[in-house]
This record gives sequence, structure tokens and C-alpha cells, in this order.
Amino acid sequence: MKKHLKPAASLKFAAIGCGIAISLASTQAISASRDYISIVGSSTVYPFATVVAERFGKTTSNPTPKIEATGSGGGMKLFCSGVGTGHPDITNASRRMKSSEFKKCQHSGVKDIVEVLIGFDGIVLANSVKTQQMSLTRKDIFLALAKNVPAPKSMQDEFTTSKTLITNPYNTWQEVNPALPNVKIEVLGPPPTSGTRDAFAELALEGGCKKISWIKAIKKRDKRGYKEICHTIREDGHYIEVGENDNLIVQKLDANPNALGVFGFSFLDQNADKVQGSLIEGQVPTFDTIADKSYPISRPLYFYVKRAHVGVVPGIEGYLAEFTSEKAWGEEGYLAEKGMIPLSDAVRRANGADIKALKSMTGEGL
Amino acid sequence: MSKPVNATSQRIRETLAQRYRAEKRFRLYGVVAILFGLLCVATLFVDIIGKGHGAFRQTYVQLSVNYEADVLGIGDIDDAQQLALANFSGLVKKSLRSRFGDVSGRKEKRQLYRLVSNSAEYDLADRLKANHQLLGQSEKIWVLADDDVDTYFKSLNSADGPFVGRTNEKQQQWIQSLVDEGQIELRFNSDFFTSGDSREPEQAGIGGAIVGSLLTLFITLALSFPIGVAAAVYLEEFAPQNRWTDFIEVNINNLAAVPSIIFGLLGLAIFINFFHVPRSVPIIGGLVLAVMTLPTIIITSRAAIKAVPPSIREAGIGIGASPVQVVLHHVLPLALPGMLTGTIIGMAQALGETAPLLMIGMVAFIVDVPGGFSDPATVLPVQIFLWADSPERAFVEKTSAAIMVLLAFLITMNTFAVVLRKRLERRW
Repeated sequence: MKKHLKPAASLKFAAIGCGIAISLASTQAISASRDYISIVGSSTVYPFATVVAERFGKTTSNPTPKIEATGSGGGMKLFCSGVGTGHPDITNASRRMKSSEFKKCQHSGVKDIVEVLIGFDGIVLANSVKTQQMSLTRKDIFLALAKNVPAPKSMQDEFTTSKTLITNPYNTWQEVNPALPNVKIEVLGPPPTSGTRDAFAELALEGGCKKISWIKAIKKRDKRGYKEICHTIREDGHYIEVGENDNLIVQKLDANPNALGVFGFSFLDQNADKVQGSLIEGQVPTFDTIADKSYPISRPLYFYVKRAHVGVVPGIEGYLAEFTSEKAWGEEGYLAEKGMIPLSDAVRRANGADIKALKSMTGEGL
Repeated sequence: MSKPVNATSQRIRETLAQRYRAEKRFRLYGVVAILFGLLCVATLFVDIIGKGHGAFRQTYVQLSVNYEADVLGIGDIDDAQQLALANFSGLVKKSLRSRFGDVSGRKEKRQLYRLVSNSAEYDLADRLKANHQLLGQSEKIWVLADDDVDTYFKSLNSADGPFVGRTNEKQQQWIQSLVDEGQIELRFNSDFFTSGDSREPEQAGIGGAIVGSLLTLFITLALSFPIGVAAAVYLEEFAPQNRWTDFIEVNINNLAAVPSIIFGLLGLAIFINFFHVPRSVPIIGGLVLAVMTLPTIIITSRAAIKAVPPSIREAGIGIGASPVQVVLHHVLPLALPGMLTGTIIGMAQALGETAPLLMIGMVAFIVDVPGGFSDPATVLPVQIFLWADSPERAFVEKTSAAIMVLLAFLITMNTFAVVLRKRLERRW
């Protein structure tokens, strides 16, 4: 008899446990105050923000901030959804806030936003060290990867009348530029949801696109059409989307020496034994060439702070101070060590002062 | 009359060899399929263990440190404020400089300082805080080496030559001199099991993720087991057989096959946006995973109840027990082993899940080991995902090691389920 009663008792116990769990959840829902900083946003800024957060947690009495990598766009969406401890305090971005996002923020009551430019990240086109290093121009990249390219005839002459676009006919790099090797065009890169992809299209493809003068002329008439031509990447199998994992791209490059990969500089820095960065406009991607802007494909990294949360969530000011301290974002700071390209001294000083004063952005020039 | 029989047996005799061959072939296909499966598993294990075993040992460097008051900037040792602000990083740097005297120039000094992890200064601070007598004394202590040094040192004796990575020649010379003096060694990495995530690979551990997983699974179990069992008992024992119960059954079976990310979206919409449960905490993770594992538990529990023979219920009713008494005293105890097996398998599934947690903020960088159900937490598979995505080379072995730990948990849980079934199951 006793043996049979036991499970019934354990069932009751489980039911009590369940009740406790539910009531716990509901009390949490009511008092949703936070004592840790909540940060969302770009997966490109994530490796840098996490280092700062960790040091901040270790050196102060505040808990370590929580950082989610949601992507730049996803981060903005969460950040702009409202004021209150249920919403994140800071969002990281690998591009500037768009004016539509700024408006959305204003609309939902997030009025005062402090914008912080922290540094730069280079985007590299790399291949396996087993093969020859490539030397490309942005025009080569555009011609090799755009969906529609100018017909060869309309490229030769600046003042040509035949301004026609054709579907990208190039299969090998040599067809694009006779100086390049005769290998199939195969580029592994991030999908459209990625900030790296946006920046790559803007800096590399558009950079090459506007070298063709008649396309550049379109920009004045039809901004949308111009963007369509310059930013659309071909979808016929020569550009292969590999997800947002840059380590995966490095592994695939190692296995396939003919392919090129698109990813952030910090991954090149860490995997120099496996992959080499291609020269762009004659410049090797190194720490110095990205910092002095001679390497053309680099993008700014930002984060945005909700001013209404300063003083409500403890530690935000301390986190900002840690991030903008010379030992973090300086020339020889630990962020540079992790692969972030620092700002120039003057810009650092000016930005640092603005951040200390918690100067809100106006939304002009976005 | 006998002729057709003969003809048939003739045909049987003729095709006998062929049919034996067909049978042999068929068996061979089965064996090949199993061998192929085993080969895949073996490759996976060899690859993961090959990459990950190194993470259980970490490189340490011996430093002789002199706790000089003027380097630290401490005038009064009992002043907590001064102690907190003391320049321990200067102390580490000074002891490195005195060990390798031949260093000049900023660049070279920076390379030298990179030999040890930044955790060294926190270690020294902890030691001095614990024992104020150390001020002005010197001692030899072992501190963590930097991750670049760690990967280089571990690969020193490998067949394809050492992995140079980001270390340069000068640093390699320094490491060699440490090796010659016996001041660098590999030790068991207990921090890996106790500490939380870190951006410095040498300090990163899965302790935080394991605690997060346990807290989350506790909530999942506390919610899904009672609800699942109650639903199964009602549907099996008390519910009338009609269209409604058929409809519910179809839906439960359907839910069991829904991709798990959908449950994450549901959690985001209902628990976070409507009930305002905070993001990234074990409560929300547990709630979502409970919803996800419910169908599995209900289905297995119903099967277990169905397997209890009707004669037991009839006998109970026959001697005057009420239906509730029959269920609680006889059916449930007999069905419990089956239910528990299903629950453990459901829990194992929940333990390995990342996709639903993505939407509810548990895919996050969390350093502090969670202390309760409402602290931000992450779980084991998420930790693996985050490390696999990190640029630092040393995270490759950490990732594989974390996979090994996760696999060990899963194998333990599944073995427990099998043993439980074997021990308690009754055949009728």
C-alpha cells in the first residue's frame, strides 16, 4: 500500500513546485527593475563591447553588463521600442543610425540619445595562403560581383553613347581584368541581413561603381536606381552566402583555395596562418593602412545610449567612462589589441568630451 | 496431380540459392548502414575530442613578484580605497621586465606584457587583499598565460610544428627561455568548469552556462512534468471520445513536430511582450522550453498509460475503488517509469536547444555566474554557439571542450532513461 501512495505524494510535490515557479515568474513581471546594464546590437561591435563590459564588471562593484548580438538593425528595433527598464539601455551598430530609426525612437518616447563613434573596422577580401595573393581594385570587385554590369563596350569610352547594362557575364577573374588569374569567380560572404554585407556593398561595390562616370551621373537624377545598380549583388552562384559566422568562411577558404571570402579584419588578424587579405587599390589590409584610411574598405562602429536610463540603471556612466578611456579605445588600448582600428587623437578627445557631457544627437545629417 | 507440386518444388530449389543471396545482401545493407552511422559518430567524436582535449589544461607562467608599496601606490595598507585603486598591472609589468632584462622600446615592452593574461593583476590584488603582510615581500606565483602563448606552447611538440599564430619571434624566444627554466607548465584547468564566459579565451569557462542550464531545466521540469502528466491522464482515462478530443490529439502530435524557433517567437510575443517577463533570465527560458517539451511528455505519458492493461483498472473498480483512486493508486504508479523516461528524453532535448532561446535574449554575453532564477543567464548550447563565432583562435578548443561536456550531460541523461526503463518496466 505504502509503495502505491508514494508517487501520488511526489505528484503533489511537483504541483507545488509548479505553483512556485509560476508565482515567481509573475512577481518578476511586476517588479522588472534591473541592476545590470542591458546592451543589444551589432555582432561586429559585440567582440569589442564584450571586452569593455568584462573589464568594467571586474574593476567596479557593478555587475557585468549583459550583451546580446542581435545585429545592427535588430538592436535599433529593440532600442527604439521605448523607455523603461524592460528595454535595453545601449545598442551597438556597425553603421550610423538611419533617420527612419531616429524617427521611430522619437516617436516611442526615446528622445535623448547619445551617439558614440568608437572606431573603425576593416572589411577584407581574403583567400587561402596556399594560393597567390590577389590584387584587386574596387572596380574589379564591382564588375565581378554586381548583378548587372555595364556592357564591355560602354566601359571603354568615357563619352560613349551606348549606356547599357547587361546581366553579369563574367565567370573568371581574368574576364573581369586581364591582369587577374584565370580562376572562377567564387566569393563567400555574409547574407543580406548582415551589417558586414551592407557595408561591403556600400564601400566596395559602390566604390567601384562610381568609377564608371555615366553610372555616377545617374546618382543625381535617380538616387534609387543608382543604388539598385551599385548595391545589388549577383545571385547566379558566384557569390555564395555562408551565414553570419566568419569562422566558417575562414574554414571554407582553407578547404577551397580558389575561393575568396568577405569578413571583418579581426578574423584576418587572428587567422593569418590560414588566410591572406587581398590588396585593394594596391593596399594590403593591415592595422596601419586601415587606421590611416589608405585601405579603402573600412566602416565606422557606433553605439547609442538612452539618456533617460542614465541614473536609473546603475553603472551606465561608468561603462561609458571605461569605453572611452585611453586604455580601452586608445592607440594602444585593449580594443586595438582585439582588432578594432582606433580613432585619431583629436576625434577621440572631441568625442570623449561630448560623451562625458552626455550630449544628445539632433538627428540632423543622418 | 503430383506433377505441379514437383514443378513448384523444382522452382523453389532452383531459386533457393538466389533467395539466400538476396537475404545476405539485404542483411549486408543493414550492416553497412549501421557501420556508416558508427563511422560518422566516430569521426565526430575523434574530431571533437582531438580539438577539445587541450582545453582541459591551461598554460601557467611562474612570476616572481615583489609587492613594492611605491609601485602599487599604497601608503596605508589598511585603506580599502587605496587597495582598490592600486596599480597591480604595473606590478605584473615590473616583474616581467625584471625576468627578461633585455627589453627596450615601447613596442617590445608591449609584446612582453602580452605574455601573461590580464587576470594576473586581479590574482595579485586578491592575494594582497587576503593577506596584508605580503606588502613589501616577494613571492613566486603561477599566473595564467595569454591565449596566444597558450596555443603556441600546447603546439610546441606537435607533429606539424608549433602553431605560431600571433606570437612573434621575440615572444617565442621568451617562451623558450621560460621552458628552459621550467617556469611555464600545463595545469588542469579547473576554472573552465567554475567560471563564466570571458572574452579572454584563457579565462573563459562554462560554469555560468552549466548553472544557467540547470536553473532553466528546473523551471522546465517543474512546469512541464505535472502539466504533461495531468493532461495525459485526463485524455487517456477520463476524457470522452469525441471530435474534440480527436482534434486535441491531432494538435498535440502536430506541436511535437513544430520547429523549436516557433516556440521562441511565441515566448517573445506572449511572455515578454504581454506578461513583461524580463529577457535573458532562466524563468523565461524555462517557460519557453516547458511549452516546447509539453507535447513530447504528453505523448509518451499517454503511451505509458495505454500500456497498463485494462484488467488492472477493472479489478480496482471491481473491489469498489473510485476512478480517481484507480488512477492514482494503480495506473499512475505502473505508468510512471514510462512517463519518467519520456520526461528525461524531453529534458535532454530541451538541454540541447538554442533556437527558441535566440528570440528571448538568452543568446547573450554573460560573465557573472547566475545566482537565481531572475539573474541573466545563458545555457550550454548557446555558449558553444557564441564561442564558435568568436575570432580568437584559442576559442576553437574551448568550443570543442564545451561540446564534450554537453555530450557528456546528454549521454548521462539518456543512459539514465534507458536504465530506468530496463529496471522498472513491467511486461504484461
